[in-house]
Parts: sequence; C-alpha cells; structure tokens
Amino acid sequence: MTRYLLSTYVADGEAHKPMTKEQIQHSWREISALEGEMKSARAWVFSGRLHDADTASVVRVSGSEVVTTDGPFVEAREHLGGFYIIDAADLDAALDWAAKVTRAISAPIEVWPFADSAGE
Amino acid sequence: MNLPIADDALIGRIFREESGRSVATLIRIFGDIDLAEDAVQEAFAVALRKWPIAGLPPNPGGWITTTARHRVIDHLRREARRRELMGQQMGEKPNDASGEEAGTVQDERLRLIFTCCHPALSTEAQIALTLRLLGGLTTDEVAHAFLVPEPTMAKRLVRAKHKIKAAHIPYRVPTEAELPERLRPVLAVLYLIYNAGVGGPPGNGLRREAIRLSRAMAGLMPDEAEVAGLLALLLLTESRWRARFAADGSLVLLRDQDRAVWDRTMIEEGQAIVRACLRRDRPGPYQIQAAINAVHADAASMAATDWNQIIALYDQLLALSPTPVVALNRAVALGEVRGPRAALALLDDLHLEDYHLFHAARADLLRRLRRRTDAARAYARAAGLAPSDAERAFLLGRLEEVQSAPADGARQNRIDRPTPITGT
Repeated sequence: MTRYLLSTYVADGEAHKPMTKEQIQHSWREISALEGEMKSARAWVFSGRLHDADTASVVRVSGSEVVTTDGPFVEAREHLGGFYIIDAADLDAALDWAAKVTRAISAPIEVWPFADSAGE
Repeated sequence: MNLPIADDALIGRIFREESGRSVATLIRIFGDIDLAEDAVQEAFAVALRKWPIAGLPPNPGGWITTTARHRVIDHLRREARRRELMGQQMGEKPNDASGEEAGTVQDERLRLIFTCCHPALSTEAQIALTLRLLGGLTTDEVAHAFLVPEPTMAKRLVRAKHKIKAAHIPYRVPTEAELPERLRPVLAVLYLIYNAGVGGPPGNGLRREAIRLSRAMAGLMPDEAEVAGLLALLLLTESRWRARFAADGSLVLLRDQDRAVWDRTMIEEGQAIVRACLRRDRPGPYQIQAAINAVHADAASMAATDWNQIIALYDQLLALSPTPVVALNRAVALGEVRGPRAALALLDDLHLEDYHLFHAARADLLRRLRRRTDAARAYARAAGLAPSDAERAFLLGRLEEVQSAPADGARQNRIDRPTPITGT
C-alpha cells in the first residue's frame, strides 16, 4: 500500500463561485457517496475542505523569536482548497480514485505519493 | 555445431536485442529498476570477456538474464541494508526466477513498456526510459539522439525512475478497460522514436529501434489492430529510406525518388499487415496512415498513384483525428486531383503558422500557380522553420529555383509539379 495525497486547488476569488442550491446539493451528495465508497474500500484515511487562503496564518522562527504573520506562506494565484489522504495499491488505483473525485467536484486533482509509504 | 565467432560487434548486437528482455525480467523479479539495469550491464561486461574465448552460449539472452540475476542475488546478499527486501521479494515469488529463459518472458517486456510509457510520466521521460530500458541504449546514446547534454538526460532518467518508485507506478499490462488510454502513449512513443531518426543517417539506430520495438509489441499484442498498423506504417515509411536522400545529402521528394531502390521486402511485409488490418475492419489512425503509404508503395510512379483512394483514406483519417496536420496532408493529396487552386483554398483555413511543411506545401502550390513572389516568401519561411539540414537544403534549393526562374511559363515543364508533403 502506498499513501497518496489527492489535492485540489482553487484560484483566489473563485472559491465562492455562485452555485445554485440544487448544484450544491448535487455536488455534496456525490462527494459524500464517494467518501462512503472510499471508506468501504478501506482507501480513505482523511479528508477535508479548507477555507480561503486569506484565512491562513504563518508561524516561523526568526532568530530566537517565533513570529506569526498573516498567510498564506506561498504567494500564488491558486491555493490548496481541499484534499483527501488515501491508501492505494499503486498509482493506477490512486488515479482511479482521483478520477472519481475530479468528476464529483469538477476540478483537477493532483496526486502525490507520501514519502514515507513507498518503496523506500 | 558451428557457433559464430563472438566478437564485440556481435555481442553489441545481442545486447541491443536482448537487454530489454533481461532488464524487464529482472525488474519483475526484484522490483527495482536500477538494480536490474546495473546487473544486466554487468552481465554483458562478463559476456564481453568470456564469449570471445569460450564461444557463444546456446541461448545468449537466457545466459545474460541468468548471469544478471545471480549478480543481483550476490549484490543483495552483500548488502545488509537490502537483506530484508531480498527476503520479501524472493519469498513472495519463489518460482518466478526459474522461467525466464523460456518464452514466457515476452510478457515482461510488455509490462515494462507500459510502465515506461505511463501517462503520469512526461513524454520526454517516456521516450528516454523506453530507449534506455527496452532499447538498451546508453544514457549517452539517448542524449545524443535527442540533442541534449548527457547530464541533462541522466537527470531526466533518474527523475523518471524515482517517480516510478516513489509514486508506485505499477509494473503490469493494463486491463482491457484501461488499454485504449494506455496503449496510446506507447504507440506515440514508438512513433516519436522513429521520427527522431528520420533526419538522416545518424538516426538509423533510432528508426531500427522503433521498428524492432513495434515488431515486438505487435507480436505480444496480436489482437490490437493499431499496434499492427504502427508496425506497417514504420515498415512502409522505412522502405523508401534509401531513395530519400541525394548523394549530397539533400532530400528527394516522393515524386522524384527512384522507386526501384525501395525495399520490396519491407513493402511486402507492410502491405500484408495492411491487408490483414483491412480484413479485421477496426480502423485507427496508424492503420489508415499505413494504408495511405501502402497505396504509394503500389504505384509505379507519382502519376500512376491512386489519388482518389488516398483522398478517401485521408477523409477517414480526418474523421478519426481532426488535426490541422491531417487536413494539410489531405489538401495536398486533393491538389493532385483538383489542382493547386483548390488545395490552396483549403490551406487558407488552417492554422499551422509554425509548421515548416505547411509553408512548404503553400510554397509549392503558389509556385504551380506562378505566384512566384509569394512562393519565394513561403519557401523562405519553410526553410527557416525546417528541423533538419536535409530539408533546409532542399527548401533553399527550391527557393533559388523559384527566384531565378525566367518569365512566367517558360520553364513550366520543370516547375509545374506539385510537391507532395505526405512523407518522402
């Protein structure tokens, strides 16, 4: 088993793209059905959706002091919007889950292996 | 039995033919690409020392695989760090190590090519891995073929192999349901390898390698019509190789080629595959392109070519892959039947500004319409974009011809000829 991060990015300002109530409900139903499927396949480890990037804070060490600032850390047009952590037999199995997620949320999914779970 | 003398050249040839199979088998057994590659390399080093003295073993490929396997086992024994891995992998598949000299190994190369051409890898990485692991080319040879410095190619290979390992890209033949999506990059990589070798004689090895791997794929996947189609396309294209270049190295177009030097053996093999594909009736882009080349191969001359058949095939190809390049080729074929004006009108709708053959085709049509200034401009544009010296030399020659042509009409016989761009 390899552990993978399936993450999706949202462009700043697009997070609140207006959706109709039906669209929201439909999307929510699909996502919870998919999570149920992941859980019964024992693939699901954790998942979550994040608030906008401007709600993030950054903590760093500067000299001997710990300094907290407004985030996010990476200045980019797009930021992490949500993620799944799953266990899968191999990349193809992980890509199959990613394909289901991307269909449910209509956004591209990035698939990353965790460093401490693969062949090494 | 008289065994051939095992000189370095023969051993080199055996290495090309057998290393992919050995590497693939060892990857399956030990689950580690680097380990497999190094061991096969070492086994060939042993062969280079032993075979010239002891003679060739009866099954050189099997000998290499067995020797390499023993090398890996020795290596794993020595390395305490890897002891656990060996225990696992040897324990899991205790019978796997014995069968590799027999025919079952064939499948190992199939697994390996699907790993090398996994869609999660970049096309560049796919090509490099395929040539390195299945073609047995050295990193330096792969780098040379794609005109990148050796360290760049080495880095590319290391990164790709690391991704296979870290992301756990599987080492298996895709299921029936996955196959269409997964076969596409494999065929594209083989075709790209071939095309990387069409610039001139330095590409001989790449073209040979592409044909060899396509032939192996066609043997391993007899039910996949497009694999057969690709092999036929490569054979029919390659059959014209000897006629493609003039003594000075410049390109000779299809219409001016000496058809007597076309390789009849390759043509017959390619055409037989095309006929089998037609009977199977599951057309795809490679099969149709092969069929177009088969029609050319049938014709004794440019004029005797069945252009209507070729246009019909391009129509079919355009329906399957509606790309501007296909539309360009179709327009040029159409020009053979309906004349340059009709073809030029079709070209006006295409957006291929950066494609040298677009400008070459336009230039030729303009020349035939005796719009010499426009033709010269288009030849210059095409020459500026041409990827190989042979093509550039040819296009500049045409440019000169069109610029120095006497008053309109005087050299009509000489220049009123279309330039086919559909392969040379």
